[in-house]
Amino acid sequence: MEYISINNLSKTFEGSERSVAALQNINLSLSQGEFVCLLGPSGCGKSTLLNAIAGFIQPTSGDIIVNGQPVVGPGPDRGVVFQEYAIFPWMTVARNIAFGLEIKGTGDAEIRERVDALLDTLGLREFRDRFPKDLSGGMRQRVAIARLLAIDSPVMLMDEPFGALDALTRRTLQDELLRIWRKSGKTILFVTHSIEESLYLSNRIVVMTYRPGTIKRNQIVTMAHPRDPAGAEFNDLKRELGQLVMEEQERHTRDEMKGE
Amino acid sequence: MPSGMKSLMRGIAMPLLLLIVWESVCRAGLVSPIMLPSPSAIVIKWLEWLRSGELLVDVLGSLGRVTGGFLLGAGLALPLGLFMGSSPRTYEYFNPIIQVLRPIPPIAWIPMSILWFGLGNPPAIFLISLGAFFPVLMNTISGVQNVDSIYLRAARNLGAGRSAMFRRVILPAATPYILTGIRIGIGTAFIVVIVSEMIAVNNGLGYRILEAREFMWSDKIIAGMVTIGLLGLAIDQMMNALNTYLLRWHRGLDS
Repeated sequence: MEYISINNLSKTFEGSERSVAALQNINLSLSQGEFVCLLGPSGCGKSTLLNAIAGFIQPTSGDIIVNGQPVVGPGPDRGVVFQEYAIFPWMTVARNIAFGLEIKGTGDAEIRERVDALLDTLGLREFRDRFPKDLSGGMRQRVAIARLLAIDSPVMLMDEPFGALDALTRRTLQDELLRIWRKSGKTILFVTHSIEESLYLSNRIVVMTYRPGTIKRNQIVTMAHPRDPAGAEFNDLKRELGQLVMEEQERHTRDEMKGE
Repeated sequence: MPSGMKSLMRGIAMPLLLLIVWESVCRAGLVSPIMLPSPSAIVIKWLEWLRSGELLVDVLGSLGRVTGGFLLGAGLALPLGLFMGSSPRTYEYFNPIIQVLRPIPPIAWIPMSILWFGLGNPPAIFLISLGAFFPVLMNTISGVQNVDSIYLRAARNLGAGRSAMFRRVILPAATPYILTGIRIGIGTAFIVVIVSEMIAVNNGLGYRILEAREFMWSDKIIAGMVTIGLLGLAIDQMMNALNTYLLRWHRGLDS
């Protein structure tokens, strides 16, 4: 069953001198519980697409339906994990996680219970009363994920969430995310420019083209988890997708050389 | 010797040297006691002032005016700043007036404030609140305007409505700026209180040093000045403590 459906979506950013077609005629649908990666070089509109689903950006034309409802603005039914750790620096870890529940007016006892459970799930128990400034990037992203799990949004939109982390922390968090996804059955849309990351995580990889952003390839990934990044199947796919992404990357580079 | 001790000694050395030179110059009769009274004479005068009970009345009078004027000025500036910072339309309405009024020093308002409010506390409170108003307002506006949009997006994503956005995101995010404004505002209020006491009221530290001038009591004038300095220092230290507590989450306070 289609849970998210994107129909003929286009987005053009109007600049003072020229306009940029970020997305052109995107048609994509996600079933409930799917883990889909949007893959492409910078400037291919993958973050624009994610932001449109999140409701932060109004499309120029086309529409997005999530669980039968057209998207008109941001909302807790489509939780976002931002690349720039967007947890609130003035709140402790526990308060950050509780924020969405407090907004909803959940009772204190229930909030405490949920927060405690999530602190355990994400290994944050010792950091409960710390402020984000004392946390590493990986820990901050754990808090951001816990904050979404607290409000239990059925959809998680992740915008290069592990992009700024070192390779080992990144792998640990990828494994945690897979564990959470399997347990919760959430629908995840994950933006990345790392081919390996998309292959390690998702059921399906949507490769996007550079300006205008269109869908270049819709690649189903059937390998069982946990996946072996050194395995033959993994590497065959990696090579194939690598070629597709590099073609777009070259177009991006040519544009940059022209000073655009 | 521990390094904290060493730096304390260094900090004391200069003032001590200065006091010794000053006292010696006075004792040697090189300057007239009216032009420059000796430190010991000032201390004796200060103790006399304290014992008479008058000092307490003056200090409380000045502090009361600073507090009243500051609360009034900052209390108006904070909500206005929050509105102006978050609503471009409100900003467009109010900004021109504020830009014109802001450069007028509170001192320049003295004649009009006496015409409007007569003598006594009301004009003093009015002038002090003016002095506190603008720094708090300007800093609150930039604090709100500089809230990183990622926090606003995250909060909207988590379902925050307008009121939660204000109380739990915009206000705390703007706190570093607001506290800077409050600090400058208190400083200005402190300057203005002394000036306004010189013209409109009959107690307070500003009034007292002007009164002492009438009698050429240089020792009391300097005793009053030192009291003003120490009071200012105490207020600043309190602000510092408040700052450290309220901004304990803030990166910039580390190390």
